[in-house]
This record gives sequence, structure tokens and C-alpha cells, in this order.
Amino acid sequence: MDVRYINAFIGSICKTFETMCRMPVTVGKPEKKGNNEPKTDVSSIIGFSGDAAGSVILHFSFDTAAKIATSFAGIEITPKHPDFADALGELANMVAGGAKCQFQGLNISVSLPNVIVGSNHNVSASKNSPRVIIPCSTEAGTFHVEIGMVLTQPAEAIRLGAQM
Amino acid sequence: MNILLVDDSRTIRNIQKNVLKQLGHTDIVEAEDGVIAYAIFSKQPPDLMLVDWNMPNMDGITLIRKVRETNKTIPIIMCTTEAEKSRVLEAIKAGVNNYIVKPFTVESLGEKISQTMAKATGAAAAS
Repeated sequence: MDVRYINAFIGSICKTFETMCRMPVTVGKPEKKGNNEPKTDVSSIIGFSGDAAGSVILHFSFDTAAKIATSFAGIEITPKHPDFADALGELANMVAGGAKCQFQGLNISVSLPNVIVGSNHNVSASKNSPRVIIPCSTEAGTFHVEIGMVLTQPAEAIRLGAQM
Repeated sequence: MNILLVDDSRTIRNIQKNVLKQLGHTDIVEAEDGVIAYAIFSKQPPDLMLVDWNMPNMDGITLIRKVRETNKTIPIIMCTTEAEKSRVLEAIKAGVNNYIVKPFTVESLGEKISQTMAKATGAAAAS
């Protein structure tokens, strides 16, 4: 995956969490998703379509998700709170939107958020597109951001399309 | 002053409501998509609208175009993750008065609301 896309997501993760949760994020080294993918309790998913296709997924443990949702909403949000999934989906939406605006020349649409809540699950994705896992540490705990994005047509065709 | 908040995220609507309450506004109505918002608007046009872009059933840009077909004066602020210049221009063309990109600070949201209301009040007094 183009490192510029990864950097766009890293920038957006930091900005979103600092602005909305007042929570600085320390970003670890991005790694290719392999067979030893982390199992998680909450996955907030945003899909991309258009000149690039793929998704960004925020993976949290229940404990970290509850602390982050609480900071975001400004009220205590436990995993049983009716707004738990809504808050985490909206955070993923902001991360995706912040990254998308930095993909210059690409016309991309984002989906509405989907949030999977379930103890110790994993999210399978197409084996055809490379996926990257970015570890993120905060005072609320560690979470992981998974990104998979491929251009849907050659970069040259997209560049020429943007110029027309 | 009656304010209509339109966003599919209840968390965002609650954050917006808290900012509005801090500014002294308590007459607030909520809608989770453009269809519900348009029904509320048709029954009783609000004095200010805060509108998200990406929502199910009817998105924010479609809602704004429909509102502007019959009402050119209600101040509308778009509050969205859509930050590209082309999107901002599209929203201005559709008739928004102000634009705030998510993520936003509570302070910046408060400023945009105050600015928009001040302009609307000034324009109404001048006419």
C-alpha cells in the first residue's frame, strides 16, 4: 500500500482522537496483516468506493472502547449503553473522512459506519488486497487500526480523469 | 429560537446540543436523517439548521437543496467529515451559510453557530 495513504490515516487518527477525545495517540510501527491478527471485541468499519476501494477498521477491547467512547461523548458510555456503537462508529467515520481529504486527485466515497460488537472476534477481508495494521496507544489503552485500500483503475487513468 | 439538528449519530447530536445549551439555546429538535428533517421543516421551519452530509435515507446535501427550493433565509450550517474543497463548494452552491469539518472542538462549533446566528440576525434587521 502506498505509504502516503498510511500516513494520511495516521495523521487523521491523531487529529480525531486529540480533538474529539482530548486524548493524544502514540502510533506504533504499521505492519502487514498476517495470520496472527489481533482478536478484538469491537470493530468500527468504514468502507471506501470510487477511485479506490477498501476499508478502515478500528479494533478495540471492550475496556478501551468504553473509555474512548466516554471521552468522546462526554458522558459515561459502557458497552451496554445504547450509544456505545454509535460513538465508536462516528469516530471511525471521522478517521476515514480526515484521511480521505488528503488523497489528492482521488474521487472516493465513504460508507456509513458499521460496528461489530462481540467478544474476541476477528474481521476477515479479501486476501487480494494488502492490509496494514497500525497499533495505537492512548491513556485509555491500546487499539489497532486496520487499513486496506487499492486503486480501482491505474493511477495514470485517475490522474488524467481528474484533469478533465 | 428553534434549532434543528440533523445527524444520524446520536452522540454527535448530544455534543451539539450541549454546545447550544452552553450558548443559551434550549429549543432544539433532532432528526436522524434528511427525510425526518424535511418533514419537521415542512411542518414548522426552524430558525437554524445544523446538517450532516452522509446519512441514510436522504443525505444532507439533498435535504439542503430541497429546503432552499422554498426557503432561502433559514441559516444552515453543514457539519460533516467531508473536507475536500470540491465538497465545500458543492455545499455552498446548494445554499449552506457556514461549514464545519468533523472532528471539531466544542469551541469552534460554538463560534460557527454564534457567527452564523449573528449574520442571520444582522441580515434580518437590515431588511
